[in-house]
Amino acid sequence: MRLTAKSATLLGLVVLIALAPLFFPSGFYYRVGALIFVNALAVTGIVILTGWAGQISLGHAGFAGIGAYACALAPVHWGIHPALAVLLGAAVSAILAWLVGRPILRLKGYYLAVASLGMGILISMVLNNERELTRGPDGIDVPDLGMRALLKAAGLDLSNGEFWYFFCGIALVIGAWLALNLHDSPTGRALRALHGSEIAARTVGIDVAKLKLQAFVISAIYASVSGSLLALQNKFITPDVAGFMHSVEMVTMAVLGGVGSVAGAIFGAAVLTLLPQVLTVFAEYEQLVLGLVMVLVMIFLREGVVPSILRKIRGRGE
Amino acid sequence: MTLLSIEGLGISFGGLKAVNNVSFGVKPGEIVSVIGPNGAGKTTLFNMISGVYQPGSGKVILNGEDVTAMSPHLLARRGMCRTFQNLQVFQSMTVLENTIAGYHLQEGGSVLADILNLPASRRRAKTAEAGARTLLKRVGLERAAEREAGSLSYGSLKRLEIARALALQPRVLLLDEPAAGCNAVETEEIDHLIAEIAASGVAILLIEHDMKMVMRISNHIVVLDHGEKIAEGDPTTVSRNPDVIAAYLGTENAAG
Ligand SMILES: Nc1ncnc2c1ncn2[C@@H]1O[C@H](COP(=O)(O)OP(=O)(O)O)[C@@H](O)[C@H]1O
Ligand SMILES: [Mg+2]
Repeated sequence: MRLTAKSATLLGLVVLIALAPLFFPSGFYYRVGALIFVNALAVTGIVILTGWAGQISLGHAGFAGIGAYACALAPVHWGIHPALAVLLGAAVSAILAWLVGRPILRLKGYYLAVASLGMGILISMVLNNERELTRGPDGIDVPDLGMRALLKAAGLDLSNGEFWYFFCGIALVIGAWLALNLHDSPTGRALRALHGSEIAARTVGIDVAKLKLQAFVISAIYASVSGSLLALQNKFITPDVAGFMHSVEMVTMAVLGGVGSVAGAIFGAAVLTLLPQVLTVFAEYEQLVLGLVMVLVMIFLREGVVPSILRKIRGRGE
Repeated sequence: MTLLSIEGLGISFGGLKAVNNVSFGVKPGEIVSVIGPNGAGKTTLFNMISGVYQPGSGKVILNGEDVTAMSPHLLARRGMCRTFQNLQVFQSMTVLENTIAGYHLQEGGSVLADILNLPASRRRAKTAEAGARTLLKRVGLERAAEREAGSLSYGSLKRLEIARALALQPRVLLLDEPAAGCNAVETEEIDHLIAEIAASGVAILLIEHDMKMVMRISNHIVVLDHGEKIAEGDPTTVSRNPDVIAAYLGTENAAG
């Protein structure tokens, strides 16, 4: 049964990504799609951290910032290929998450929320203020990944929008696959156990602090790669990527879709990425709308949209 | 030879001495019961032994090693496991998954192998599942394996906790009121199960209100009242002890 839930999610995702372009009114929607995938990738990390490990991060955009600026800076300053810069950013994010999480996650309670908030603000400040390196709030150019040219040479000529749509789509499928693997694995079971009863988890030998730390590090890598992909496709990045609002956006997307579900993460990311593209007023009142979504979901759909719907369907089936 | 020895354990909450200077030992294959009126400090004693509370005084020695105030997950590695009076199951997981969780230490491997779904990871999970199914049969829950744990009755959840604890293949097992909420038939089943576990060489520390069961299966009984050990000995000795009778009659009157 578990296996089918996993394959169903992955299959649904692949079909959706492959077929959606048939319904695009204009080439612009390739770009919207790619944005959705990038956001969904970060939110998948939030699902692992919050939905499964029960920890809250209010600074995950900081890791997206690290991933994004690794792609902007490493190729220029150290001559590292942009693709390797993605890995470098992920490694730096993972190490930072480990350093921040290790002392904090030994404590009970929601200290990680506070610590990660501080960490996110610090990263954002560095990106804004270290003008010599980052060019500050105006943003910085990001080198081309060079992969589209390679594909063209190999005979596959994609537009910029098409290329990033499929590239980010594949990245999301891989990210979702890895997350679903984790969910069904011994580690994933231990994560869900500690979410259910921390004390019982400890009595069966689960090292709760270590497990939470692993979840935090993994979710940081997701956010970092998401930031890298955003920077690479825009070929430009500003410190906003690491801003507090971006962290809140990630959490809201996860909560809207259903914070325990990978499919929910993708749904939440899709809705909240599409909205501002469709409704321009949304952009102006983004904070208001995000807050409202949080409150409404908490009141009416505690589990999030996707798990609630699934429950309804299953309930009817019985 | 004593496997688990409790030496002068004590703890206070505010001014209240919940447990005071309690000592005794448990040998492999032995069933030691801790009895006493409600609020006597039995669960608190378990919480100190199992690393949930840090004792104010005294020591817990497991197999010659001082394990006082050691974290529960490290105690699990040393072969100690427990169940809870106020159920601690993983509600939204299935009965089977709850039991498999007890195999955490045996099936544990690298996160990387798990994320990549490597054959090694799948093999470990398979072995754990097979073991868990056998255990569920042993506690009579095999037919509920795929149900969400939260949907089970109180008595079934008690048995699920025992199955989960057995998955660790413990050398010392602490059971806090395993027969609470069970009917007479179920109680007898649990009774047999506990005797069977002890017969396999596990040292068992038992808290139980059902006196018939306690008298039937215990090798040794420790009586607590107001946090103090007021008596101990074999079932016959303890049941004839005037202090014990007074403590029980006293609270029954007070409660009644
Ligand atoms: N965490 C705690 N904080 C304060 N008081 C506690 C705590 N745990 C137990 N107690 C108190 O210690 C006493 C013994 O409780 P307990 O060990 O649960 O009794 P028993 O299991 O024998 O019924 C009670 O008076 C209870 O209120
Ligand atoms: Mg008790």
